[in-house]
Amino acid sequence: MITMVELKNGKCGIIRQIDGGHGLKKRLEVMNIREGKKVIKKCSAPLRGPVVIEIDGCKMAIGRGMAQKVWVEEI
Amino acid sequence: MGNPNVGKSVVFSRLTGVNVIQSNYPGTTVGYTKGHLLLDNTEMELVDVPGTYSLSPSCKAEEVARDMFFEENPELIINVLDATNLERNLYLTLQILEKGIPTVLVLNMWDSAKRKGVHVNLEKLQKIMGINVVTAVAVTGEGIKELVNVMAEMTKNPDRDISKIPKMDDDDKWACIGQILSKVQKIEHRHPSLLEKLEDASVRPISGIIIAIIVLFVTMQVVIGFGELLIEHILDPIYYQYYGPFITDTVGNYINSGFIHDILIGSGYEYETSFGLLTTGIYVIFAVVLPYILIFYFVLGLIEDFGYLPRLAVLLDSVMHKMGLHGYATIPIVLGFGCNVPAMLSTRILEGEREKFIAATLIAISVPCIAQTAVIIGLIGKHGIQYIIMIYGTLFILFVLLGSILNLLLKGESPEIFFEIPPYRLPHIGTLIKKTGMRVKGFLLEAVPFVFLGILIVNILYVVGIMSAISNLVAPIMSNMLGLPNQAIDALIMGFLRKDLATAMLAPLNLSPNQLVVACTVLATSFPCIATLIILIKEIGIKNMVKTGILMLVIALTTGTLLNLILSNFS
Repeated sequence: MITMVELKNGKCGIIRQIDGGHGLKKRLEVMNIREGKKVIKKCSAPLRGPVVIEIDGCKMAIGRGMAQKVWVEEI
Repeated sequence: MGNPNVGKSVVFSRLTGVNVIQSNYPGTTVGYTKGHLLLDNTEMELVDVPGTYSLSPSCKAEEVARDMFFEENPELIINVLDATNLERNLYLTLQILEKGIPTVLVLNMWDSAKRKGVHVNLEKLQKIMGINVVTAVAVTGEGIKELVNVMAEMTKNPDRDISKIPKMDDDDKWACIGQILSKVQKIEHRHPSLLEKLEDASVRPISGIIIAIIVLFVTMQVVIGFGELLIEHILDPIYYQYYGPFITDTVGNYINSGFIHDILIGSGYEYETSFGLLTTGIYVIFAVVLPYILIFYFVLGLIEDFGYLPRLAVLLDSVMHKMGLHGYATIPIVLGFGCNVPAMLSTRILEGEREKFIAATLIAISVPCIAQTAVIIGLIGKHGIQYIIMIYGTLFILFVLLGSILNLLLKGESPEIFFEIPPYRLPHIGTLIKKTGMRVKGFLLEAVPFVFLGILIVNILYVVGIMSAISNLVAPIMSNMLGLPNQAIDALIMGFLRKDLATAMLAPLNLSPNQLVVACTVLATSFPCIATLIILIKEIGIKNMVKTGILMLVIALTTGTLLNLILSNFS
């Protein structure tokens, strides 16, 4: 497993594990970022900015720190 | 109710005829708007609430939504969903349905769903949910009639529209949604369109920055170019050839001299500095500021509706973090270049109090509104573009410095960015024109009374002699620190009321370009206009407002003095 930050741009993965407290998990979950979902990493913004991901055709920007807590299995 | 950026405000406008600002980014609506509609001759009150992903809020705007839901006891809920992303949208729906209030689901953006290859079996969905489901393309009005019919039916026998889906914990909710969708939804794979390719290009580091620079450059060129064109070829001729002589003669026929005449006409229409209500007052509002407002808001609307702003937010995120903000603060800041009032309101989309304070302070101090920009262009533009660059360059440096300092001084960290990026959509021209119209109307409603009031006060203060007393009092500050004549204080005082008028008051003083740069910068950074002040107090509280106020005075004076020193020594 690798984190979403490590996942290469343009690659797909399945979310396997989300670290962090209940609050963070809930915030991600209501945006449909949860275990078992297929995710595409679109790109990372410059200067260690957020990463852009896509789930079910919906794009989201997510801070690098948060993205580091999301573990995916590359497919 | 519904997730952010699903088109709730559009549906609301269509149902009630009440216009609300609609854009293509999450967080357009940050407060609630009430409107009315007639259903079978009974008047119903409808409330447009900010979007939220769940009933446990993560920012102020989402709190508004939750509070409306739990405290207002609605009789009927219109739950608007993005048909292209049902899975995520249905989570909130299940939460809403738990409360047992009659609900109708509106699957909005039905056209994009079809284009994206999303097929939904409506009958099955209605059956499973146990409530009515309507499809709509709200921007064109498609499906609204059906929604009204359904709502009328619902008010007759409300109990029928309460869903029988039982309460569940969160994991079960997602499982339930998964099951529902596997029965009712089919998604075909389509190839990405040109717009989608552009979407990706605008957040990728290199192409993104190039696109951002192009957008900024084109916006500036269009706003300044068209503004000047309108003024030079349409508004100035109208004012000087028709309106001016007409109004001077008309008033002159009734009152030919004295105090009242001076207040109405001033020293004559020929001088833009005459300070009459019907001459300078009208001229500043309609021939100096209005053209820029019109074009700025049209271009801003275009950028908003296209969906560009959230992408700019992604690009600027890491830079903004250095100033204690995160990327999404880009949106209130961009709005601030139009008018600081909606910008202050839109700081509600930021999560923390600390961020709100930093964003509000930075906007109040270093983001000049379009009304002020218009007058600055009018005043200094003729001396050369370099002076305008000096003013905006100074403001930009201030923005970065102040942000970095606040970031260091205030405890806490800016939360990480986390938001949905809407797809690019081709703007709907009708909505765009309506939105521009609303904002222009908002400007006029606010500007006309305040500019008139300001001119009235200036005239009275002169007659009574208070102005000269104040001028003498602050003379040392003005001349020694800022290098400005005493009379410039009039303009600075007027800055409390309205920045555009205040800046226009610098015109009769015959300042050198350098002095104008100092005066305009001080005006821009010192106190916000009265409308912004009121909103600012509401949004960040009186205590924080006092802090911001002191900061402004100190910064305005320091910046002015430094600029004066630099400019007088180097030229």
